[in-house]
Amino acid sequence: MRRAILTGVFSAAALLAADVTVIQNATIHTVTKGTLKGSIVIRDGKIADVGEKVMTPAGARIVDATGKHVIPGIIDAHTHIALDSINESSVSVSSMVNVAEMLNPESISIYQALAGGVTACNSMHGSANAIGGQNVVFKMRWGADARGLVFDKAKPSIKMALGENPKRQGSPQGLQIPGLQSPQNLRYPGTRMGVEDVIRDAFTRARAYQREWKDYEARKARGEKLLPPRRDLELEPLVEVLEGKRLVHAHCYRADEILMLIRVFDDFNIRGVTFQHVLEGYKVAKEIAGRGHGASTFSDWWSYKVEAYDAIPYNAAIMHRKGVLVSLNSDDAGGAELMRRLNTEAAKVMKYGGLSADEALAMVTINPAKQLQIDRWVGSIETGKDADLVIYDKDPLSIYAKVEKVFIDGKQYFDRDEDMSRRPKLEAEKEGLRKKLLDQQKQAAPQNRRPS
Amino acid sequence: MRNATNARIIWIAALVMAAYGGENDTFLLRNATVHPVSAPAMENASVLVVDGKIAEVGAKIAPRGKVKVIEGRGLHVYPGMIDSGSPIGLAEIASVRETVDTGEIGDFNPQLRALIAVNPSSEHIPVVRANGITAVLVTPGATGGGRGGAAGSLIAGQASLMHLDGWTWEEMEIRRGAALQMTWPVIQSARGRGDLETLFQALGARRTTFAEARRNQQQQVQKIQEFFDAARRYQTARAAGEAVDPDLRYEAMIPVLEGKEPLMITAAREREIREALDFAARERLRIVLAGVRRPGKTLEEIAKRNIPVILGTTFATPLEEDDPYDDPFTLPARLHKAGVKFAFASFGVQFARNLPYQAAQAVPFGLPYDEALKSVTLYPAQIWGIDPEYGSIEKGKYADLIVTDGDPLEIRTQVKMMFIKGVPVDLESKHTRLYKRYSARP
Repeated sequence: MRRAILTGVFSAAALLAADVTVIQNATIHTVTKGTLKGSIVIRDGKIADVGEKVMTPAGARIVDATGKHVIPGIIDAHTHIALDSINESSVSVSSMVNVAEMLNPESISIYQALAGGVTACNSMHGSANAIGGQNVVFKMRWGADARGLVFDKAKPSIKMALGENPKRQGSPQGLQIPGLQSPQNLRYPGTRMGVEDVIRDAFTRARAYQREWKDYEARKARGEKLLPPRRDLELEPLVEVLEGKRLVHAHCYRADEILMLIRVFDDFNIRGVTFQHVLEGYKVAKEIAGRGHGASTFSDWWSYKVEAYDAIPYNAAIMHRKGVLVSLNSDDAGGAELMRRLNTEAAKVMKYGGLSADEALAMVTINPAKQLQIDRWVGSIETGKDADLVIYDKDPLSIYAKVEKVFIDGKQYFDRDEDMSRRPKLEAEKEGLRKKLLDQQKQAAPQNRRPS
Repeated sequence: MRNATNARIIWIAALVMAAYGGENDTFLLRNATVHPVSAPAMENASVLVVDGKIAEVGAKIAPRGKVKVIEGRGLHVYPGMIDSGSPIGLAEIASVRETVDTGEIGDFNPQLRALIAVNPSSEHIPVVRANGITAVLVTPGATGGGRGGAAGSLIAGQASLMHLDGWTWEEMEIRRGAALQMTWPVIQSARGRGDLETLFQALGARRTTFAEARRNQQQQVQKIQEFFDAARRYQTARAAGEAVDPDLRYEAMIPVLEGKEPLMITAAREREIREALDFAARERLRIVLAGVRRPGKTLEEIAKRNIPVILGTTFATPLEEDDPYDDPFTLPARLHKAGVKFAFASFGVQFARNLPYQAAQAVPFGLPYDEALKSVTLYPAQIWGIDPEYGSIEKGKYADLIVTDGDPLEIRTQVKMMFIKGVPVDLESKHTRLYKRYSARP
């Protein structure tokens, strides 16, 4: 009782500085408002102040970042991490499924990504179908449950895919697995022409479905008594796309298929698509930019398949210069291999194409935030935004930099020193478990091996 | 200022290109910062190259006669980098079988020579060398992403050292039989292509138990032993002058059995490394360990026996979920601390140009910078036995040089010039050509 009261008193005293952290004396790369030497005040999970001189409230937690660099948390616009299932590949249109149902909060990829300075990502359905499933945007709140990870303010989105991957299921020369695939169960489409048709057909059906509901609502409003149309879970997300309520992330490689999708979307008046991979985007940058679409690409991947043979590391720079909103992504699935070095992936657009440091950093922070329509809350260091911040020991665009601390919503989720100091204890615990297992095996083994 | 420098470089490059192909391997590169790697860097220094070889390195070298002078002010000179394992030239598009010549069918193929199947017109070659890599150990074995005929043989063939320039593979050759590539069998319930195996399991196929996997692995080890025994009998019979039917496979084993050619054994984990070490000791073989990821307690023995190690990508995620998140980043530093000599390999084609960053990634995690630089220059030359002629900027060695605007291990650095045996090399590639073409699209 007495202790409870005391705690209460302390809490009241600490109220002034409740949940306040000040990162001091850092080189701050705001990304949107230049780079400065100064401090960041974090209050209640938000950035309360940024500047050369800030007011440090008494009792605030001080993080001395002298000689260090701070950037907004890295955002990966295209991953498949922490998903127990990625592709529903049995149908050409799998818009009814949602990978959010498959989110595994215990996936070690989350921690690895966090330790690489990533604070949020778009984890997506795979590319097995022309129209794929629904995606999930989440923050690397390591320790939270699946629901706690989800960045619920993010606009919903859907995956689409063009080219080799969606037509693979329709190819007799494709992945040949006895029992699973035979000429009898090839799945349409098997060509790029067919991919276009599947998409055009689906949105045509979605438009009819939308009209059906509109008619119903109108007649209901007039007082007519009638049954509502049957809900169609395949077409509902596509109607949301038509109505601008759901974003599209379209996996693509070749210039022809990119242009094809732009034209299909012109016909359905769909805007703000983010082309994913888009390795030949540089060939049709004008067309992509002309419709206000975005591009999320790799820094230097190429030649792993035919449609990636004309990929060049200058892709991001050309598209950016021609007015496309460009981000760089990892496409990581098994582990956070590339995700945790997106900072140096960004540095490659300086090498290949000569973009500036700010342009480079923007491609892994504010640009992906805009593409996911979460830039009101994250993607740059600005007053009022979520305190998703990364402290590096050196210039984050250098290969020699490493992540020291990561904050999400103002809470410290990663600290390299803490991680290192935990290791001996973890190792001892592991050793203990190993021993226990061996002992159990010994006990379980038959004592007398002689035949009876 | 920077523009002026660039303009001068372009002018020099143009001058140099014009003479490409001729007897153009003599020049004086002056006023640059020279990083010999084998010795501390020298500012305002010059390198004199005569007939493709380094004739002199120093602060003041007077131009001799009409030797061509290349101005290096503001630039840095390093030895060309060496990738200690890549199927470059053997694999063009990973997903297209017809373009991939790694991974021949059969468990034992020591007679195969990687070099003779290298396509000198591969688009990968100019792309990779543009980042400062002048030589590669080209490997015949199946690698990640490559789809050769076999899922992975035990002895894949002879890896060859080659330059990344030449009209034919013969001109690219440094050493045809530089090492014999072998993979130590792994205990795994999923053999071959992982994805397919997972799919079969999903379809209800029975999982291989550990005991079965262990037995399979021991059978493979037994096969290796039998092959070496047979090769040794062949060698003995030949040495004794007995009449034996010539067998190209066993012929190819002789330099390995005699310790003249190293056996490069891929072994990632402690268990496989231990077995490979024991095997090599028993057979008295000269080995190089490759693809080491989790050496555990074997590290001490590797150091004690002076066995060199070829490391793959530092960028990988840890092999085990509960390994420290930075386990692959700290591995090179741990090897260095234990006194193990190592070099880096891309073990691939697509990302082979990122070899310098692989080495650099270990620096913030404890590897001294100089060691990182040596692990892509001097150390691979020493490990593959070509250090009398390559690997550093020293008098008498071939002039495999790169000229950069900064630290070649740092991503933003640009490689401005390259020389292989003193001859200037074109740094344009499919990538720069497409860049220019589409940048200019109206």
